[in-house]
This record gives sequence, structure tokens and C-alpha cells, in this order.
Amino acid sequence: MVYITRIEHFNAAHKLFNPTWSREKNDEVFGKCANENWHGHNFNLHVTVKGTPSEETGFVFDAKKLSIIIKEHVTDLIDHKNLNVEVEFLKGKICSIENLVTGIWNQLQPQMPENVTLHRLKLYETDKIYVEYFG
Amino acid sequence: MYNNRVSVFRKENFNAAHRLHNPTWDEATNNDVFGKCNNPNYHGHNYDLFVQVIGEVDKETGYVMDTKKLSDLIKEKVTNKFDHKNLNEDCEEFKNLNPTAENIVIVTYNLLRPFIDDKLELKLRLYETERNFVEYPV
Repeated sequence: MVYITRIEHFNAAHKLFNPTWSREKNDEVFGKCANENWHGHNFNLHVTVKGTPSEETGFVFDAKKLSIIIKEHVTDLIDHKNLNVEVEFLKGKICSIENLVTGIWNQLQPQMPENVTLHRLKLYETDKIYVEYFG
Repeated sequence: MYNNRVSVFRKENFNAAHRLHNPTWDEATNNDVFGKCNNPNYHGHNYDLFVQVIGEVDKETGYVMDTKKLSDLIKEKVTNKFDHKNLNEDCEEFKNLNPTAENIVIVTYNLLRPFIDDKLELKLRLYETERNFVEYPV
């Protein structure tokens, strides 16, 4: 089994806010991340797939094709966007990176070819904070 | 023979939303010039700010400038203003100024310069992304 990772990036605005709570409770729980005018990040997304290298190509999965899938189903939808307001797969969810990474998994999983398994997503919100998701 | 002038660098960061937009232009021109950076719902960045202070090494302290004091100054004058904010909506400095990386670095310089000893030179480098950064003054 060989694992291959493609790294993509996107720049987006968001806020952490639970609409069922009062403003005070949101500020208490989320602090400055609850700023009602949003803040933002450069997000880095590591997409890892696994499989057996093809005898014909030597690839587990062509990294260029993987990049195209990530762009079409993820980064084109969220790059330079406001995650709270403009992203269909986050509607009704708190825009934490935990929810973002599971949403991204659900976007990518159906696009994997038959012999390729989506293994892990790693999503960096900053260089000090990241999440991992294994499906 | 080298002199004892040394550069000291401190790195700080802030995470902010912004939008690039000229309110005197029509929407088509804004989209044409700024592209997706014109999104009216904003987007954001992790900004990395490198503050460079250049001067002689003090014989008594061994410092050009105490980096703890430099860090506190940057936090007080810059990152407390911009971190987790919307630069267009929340920051007085950008009420009438497009918050491009170029304008942010000039504003940041002007926020810090009065509080750093005159005998020290000050230069800034601001990363908007890993791939785009600006320097001032040049």
C-alpha cells in the first residue's frame, strides 16, 4: 500500500458562531473568533489517498488528476469565499475546521476512482492549528 | 572589519478578513481589476509580519532591541488592532483605504515607527500568503 498526498490551499473568511445562542454566550465560548464581521485564514489542505501503484503508470493516482478533483469539488467552491455565507455544504453548521474537514471529505469521497481510497484529510487553519479526518 | 550593526527580527501574525474594492469604481471595473479578491462577502488570510530592527549592539545589554519589548509593542500597536478582525469593517485605518498588502504594510510601519528608538532602522515584510509578500520601506 502506498500513500500519496496532494496539498492545495484556499483563502477564506469565517466566524465561529452558534445562532441559537446569545451574543454574550458566543463571545464567551468562541472569543474573538466570534467577531460578527468575520476574520480569515490561509487554509492548507492535505489530501492523502492510498492504493497499490499501477504496473502501467507507476501511479497510485495521478496527482494532477487528484488536484483537478480537489479544485473542482472543493477549492473552487470555497477559495476567496465567506464560509458562513457562501458554502452550500456548510449551511446549517458551525464553521469550525472540524466541520469544514468533514464537509470536504464528503465532497471528495464520491469522486475517488474504484481502485483508490481516500485515506486522510489534514486541514491547517494556521501553522499552529490543524485537524485530521480519516472518514 | 565588520561593524557591530545587527538586524533583529521578530515574527508576529494576525488572521483577518478583507476585501479589495475601490468604491469610486463600478462593479464591473472592480471585478475586472480585483477578481475574486473583490468578493463582497469577504475572504481572509493568515498574515505573517516580520519586523526588522537594525542597529548597533548595546555594550551593556548585548541587545539591538529587546525582542520581548518588540513583541509587546507589535501586539499592542498592530496585532491587537487587526487580529481576528475584518480590516474593511472593523479597522479605522482602512475606512477609506483599500486593505491591500501594500497599504497594510505602510500602515503597520507608521503604527510602529514612533515607538522605536530613532537610532534604530525599521523595515517590515508582510506575507499575505506563503507566495505573496511585500516589504517596506524599500
